[in-house]
Amino acid sequence: MSNKLPPDIAQMPSKPPFWRDAEKRAIAFQVVALLVVAFVSYYLYSNTQANLERQSIATGFGFLDKEASFEIGESLIEYSAADTYLRALLVGALNTVKVSFIGITLMIILGTLIGVARLSSNWLISKLAASYIEVMQNIPVLLQLFFWYAIFYESFPPPRQALNPFDGLFLCNRGVIFGVPETHAAHAVMGWAFLAVLIGSVFLSRWAHKRQDLTGKAFPTLRITALAAIGVPLLIWLAYGAPTAMDVPALSGFNFRGGVTVSPEFSALLLGLVIYTSAFVAEIVRAGIQSVGKGQIEAAMAIGLKPGQRLHLVVLPQALRVIIPPLTSQMLNLLKNSSLAIAIGYADFVAVTNTMINQTGQAIEGVALIMLVFLFFSLSTSLFMNWYNKKMKLVER
Amino acid sequence: MKLVKVIAVAICMTMLMVGFANAGKDLDSVKKKGYIQAGVNGGVFGFGMPDEKGVWKGLDVDTARAIAAAIFGDADKVKYIPLTAQQRFTALQSGEIDVLTRNATRTLSRETQLGLNFVQVNYYDGQGFMVPKNLGVKSAKELDGATVCVLPGTTTEQNAADFFRTNNMKMNPVVIESTSELAKTFFAGRCDVLTSDASQLAASRSIAPKPSDYIILPERISKEPLAPAVRHGDDQFFDIVNFSVLAMINAEELGITSKNVDEMLKSKNPKIQRFLGVIEGNGKALGLDEKWAYNIVKQVGNYGEVFERNVGVNTKLGLERGLNALWTEGGLMYSPPFK
Repeated sequence: MSNKLPPDIAQMPSKPPFWRDAEKRAIAFQVVALLVVAFVSYYLYSNTQANLERQSIATGFGFLDKEASFEIGESLIEYSAADTYLRALLVGALNTVKVSFIGITLMIILGTLIGVARLSSNWLISKLAASYIEVMQNIPVLLQLFFWYAIFYESFPPPRQALNPFDGLFLCNRGVIFGVPETHAAHAVMGWAFLAVLIGSVFLSRWAHKRQDLTGKAFPTLRITALAAIGVPLLIWLAYGAPTAMDVPALSGFNFRGGVTVSPEFSALLLGLVIYTSAFVAEIVRAGIQSVGKGQIEAAMAIGLKPGQRLHLVVLPQALRVIIPPLTSQMLNLLKNSSLAIAIGYADFVAVTNTMINQTGQAIEGVALIMLVFLFFSLSTSLFMNWYNKKMKLVER
Repeated sequence: MKLVKVIAVAICMTMLMVGFANAGKDLDSVKKKGYIQAGVNGGVFGFGMPDEKGVWKGLDVDTARAIAAAIFGDADKVKYIPLTAQQRFTALQSGEIDVLTRNATRTLSRETQLGLNFVQVNYYDGQGFMVPKNLGVKSAKELDGATVCVLPGTTTEQNAADFFRTNNMKMNPVVIESTSELAKTFFAGRCDVLTSDASQLAASRSIAPKPSDYIILPERISKEPLAPAVRHGDDQFFDIVNFSVLAMINAEELGITSKNVDEMLKSKNPKIQRFLGVIEGNGKALGLDEKWAYNIVKQVGNYGEVFERNVGVNTKLGLERGLNALWTEGGLMYSPPFK
């Protein structure tokens, strides 16, 4: 056997010139693009630095451990004006997380309810849901925030004439104030027990699934988990002698002392964000449910699945495929819109950073921090949702 | 390929040129534009706010007008840019405005870290507290546990926190970005106290549903020398802005008003002659027309006129001269000699 090529092929140039080679051309374009980006960012950076220096504006993040010396209205952690800017920023970030987390949870619940109501065969319910969606979707969210905030401070009485519908609950223009059980050693143990039950339920449900796959016998995981989640902490509470002391709010001086206060700013922001965004979620849920073929449901009926099982085993797994990606973007919307807090005085991350920028003048650093923190929150949310989306994908066999 | 290279290099060079072609001096750029861009408040009655016809009115607005009169001989050559407390310094640093006349407090860190130069103070103020009368509070020391409405991003927030800390009291701040929204919230009863510079409290009270229901407590918890500011880097422009403000004070000291300024041109007093440019020299020293001070007084007025017109006892704000009277009348307004 000869390895020699026929003469006419050997004479052909072994390689085309590189600008004719699509692969090399692509690499060249990439390199050029990279260089341009690098040049532009270097230019922007050095230009900013030079300008800042020329105007003798201080730069750097050194100011973060200086004393903040301003108060923040509400905080999840201990904070006073004597703490550092870093801690003030942490307070702001936690406030953003608080409103976003509760907001996203409520948004999904309300959105799902309205989305399902929109599909109801009852004319009244369906039309009510439709008008809710149309109205709330089309009013700018900032306007809604002002509206809810005004309702709180205009329509509730001042603290000295607070509404007191029943013992331990007060409604006034300083917020909703209610009594909570006084701190007791039992509470921490109860909390841990509750968490342990939740973790245990994950393993239980895995085991139950496996058993059902093998033997076909169903196991009431949900009912047992619910029972344990209520029962175990209750037993612990009884074991500690059932402490019932309450921390009841009482009017002293200007405001209420004791108990827990939900501020009008937080409530207005939460209401505005949830009501606005859930209108979008409702439409997404409706689209998801409608995307499941009628035949699927009829087939499920034919094999004798109960309505709950039909929803849980047939409709939802298929609808979620359609629902999750746009739902993720609505979650991110709510998260980002929470920065409108400053308009109605809720101390979120942007509001705290704004104060910091003004006291220190470190605008570039402050804005960079805002971008970083929101990027981090958004990316973590979408990372989690992408993982969930993958998990919910149709398993093709 | 060569052509592409040439184009690429050309693009890079142009970008560099654009970057380095910084307009040399602030004064040159102002003169080239033909007007000054002044950052003003936009929402504080008596200091900087458009009236119902859209004409800008206020003490700070008149200060900007005086600067325009000095440079261009025409007080109307001003473009007003309303700024929030957060935006104001960045706008000045970045060159979006030429001068900031927006009740800004002169402080050490603003002069140094922010790269600003404050000129002569045009209003001596101090932070105070306003409360509804029916609260029965007589002194700021009785405010322990109060909910306090504060404007964000000013020294106000810090002063309030400092005051409550030193007196071992607790405060619960509500911080809202816009002045008008904040005032609305306070008048609706969300807060027990509204805190700000006393002049701003008076301005807010003047638009309250029932102004007589509110009192401003006697304590002044801070010194707030409010002054116009320019950025570092153009000393000549700084001098012009500084002496435009001083000219209004000097005119009041010399008894020159917008009404009598034409007669004063014939005055035999050399101080007045120098001031109004009859004896030449001041204008040349500043790089301005010799009539610069005459134009300020003629078109805008002296400091006393400006004060009484915008915030004085006969306006809705009803503020006394107090610290802002001339030094000869027990105040702090004092002008160096114009020679």
